[in-house]
Amino acid sequence: MSLLTVKSLGISFGGLRAVDDLSFSIEKNELYGLIGPNGAGKTTVFNMLTGVYKPTQGTFLLNGRNLTGMSTTAISHAGIARTFQNIRLFHEMSVLDNVKVGLHESISYSTLTGILRLPAFFAKEKAMNEKAMELLSVFGLEKDAETLANNLPYGAQRKLEIARAMATNPVLLLLDEPAAGMNPNETEELMKTIRFVRDHFDMTILLIEHDMRLVSGICERITVLNFGQELLSGNTKEVLQNDQVVKAYLGE
Amino acid sequence: MSFLSFLISGISLGSIYAIMALGYTMVYGIAKMLNFAHGDVIMIGSFVVYYAVTGAGIPAPAAVLISVVVCTFLGIAIEKVAYKPLRRAASLAVLITAIGVSYLLQNLALLFFGADPKIFPNVITLPALNLFGGQLVIAGTTVMSIVANILIMIFLMLFIKKTKQGQAMLAVSEDKDAAMLCGINVNGTISLTFAIGSGLAAIAGVLLCSQYNQLTPYTGSLPGIKAFTAAVFGGIGSIPGAFFGGLLLGVIEILSSAYISSQLANAIVFAVLIIVLLVKPSGLFGRPMREKV
Repeated sequence: MSLLTVKSLGISFGGLRAVDDLSFSIEKNELYGLIGPNGAGKTTVFNMLTGVYKPTQGTFLLNGRNLTGMSTTAISHAGIARTFQNIRLFHEMSVLDNVKVGLHESISYSTLTGILRLPAFFAKEKAMNEKAMELLSVFGLEKDAETLANNLPYGAQRKLEIARAMATNPVLLLLDEPAAGMNPNETEELMKTIRFVRDHFDMTILLIEHDMRLVSGICERITVLNFGQELLSGNTKEVLQNDQVVKAYLGE
Repeated sequence: MSFLSFLISGISLGSIYAIMALGYTMVYGIAKMLNFAHGDVIMIGSFVVYYAVTGAGIPAPAAVLISVVVCTFLGIAIEKVAYKPLRRAASLAVLITAIGVSYLLQNLALLFFGADPKIFPNVITLPALNLFGGQLVIAGTTVMSIVANILIMIFLMLFIKKTKQGQAMLAVSEDKDAAMLCGINVNGTISLTFAIGSGLAAIAGVLLCSQYNQLTPYTGSLPGIKAFTAAVFGGIGSIPGAFFGGLLLGVIEILSSAYISSQLANAIVFAVLIIVLLVKPSGLFGRPMREKV
């Protein structure tokens, strides 16, 4: 059984068919790419997979469990985490607190426990802090734990966003244009981080990217979207050399 | 000495505004809406205390506790019934609904409790403070208001900074979608915010009515608007803003009614608000709005 199975997924906004009849599946531990020209509907696919949009057609299953139409919070609990094209951290909170927000579901105590500061409050908060620091040190951010997220350099903010997503304990990580706005050195570093996340956490990753160096460097398989429809899927190298794909990107 | 006495009355009145302003500011920060019914929740809370003490003969501290519980649930219920269905509606629709809820509560109170003013029982039995050999007398209510305000602010800051529910509030207030994707229950967090704001409204109600000794279905209305002004004054969405906005508003109101004209006091309060907003549109502690990309 595939980790993620997408079956003829689609969504219309009024008369506009943004994504139509899209199917693909991702195996456990795979690094899968979703590429296509601007406006092809890639982020819309992410928004459907995270419950931000409700698909008007088709289904998607995570480990065989149908998550179609569930709320964003429920999908997060079910094990899908994501990052955004424009980094969306909690900018006014510290780096550590950003990760702790990601841990909310896994380590919990009641509001009353928090208000009355019962022993469980201190124990759980300690566990949260330790877990968050552990995650931060995996990403090399432990020195910046008390820094405001807003004051981190761009590359580190990307890393923090991935760390926060990993804190929700996902089985599938969605990365929306992780290399956007990065210089070649930062992209190189990012590719290392993504590979590391896959190996260290035994993670399955689906990413959207325009940077072909990153896509051909780390993705094992890809799907090309064009005008909301699947153009081609398969092995990264073969797909990227396909005439139709080149045409979709560069025109006739 | 009279200046000092006016200043202390101002701080005391300002403390009540500050506690009320918390309800406006927290709800605005998280749900991005103005809950105009907040002042009327305060009024309902005061009626609960009134009937509990004068009708049922329940001791005052227990009556206040009952009122806090009633207001907490009232706040949650208002949010669930009136505001939650409009979560994705235009902000104008939510605003009108909030005004509607406000009138609904006032008219229900008129219907059930009557329009005649009730004499609010003596709930706060703290003895008056005699300072400087009797030259400065500070009423027990005044002391209680100031102490309650400071305790509530410390408690809230600790709650928001140190507990995960507080952090969830911050996260939801900054980016609702990202918070959802982190697995945070946004509806639960909004309910909790209404619960805390309304629970505090009960305490503000007791302090307010103890100050004025009178209770009608319109008791919450004008103080509610002033507390909202205090929240805007301090920077809506900011808790320290509510604290200092409330205090400043109270002090300005009392000092201007003492030294300028008691008829003009409210006009001066709102004039100061307008000047502050002209100079600093986001309020004293407000963050400038960031453009969403």
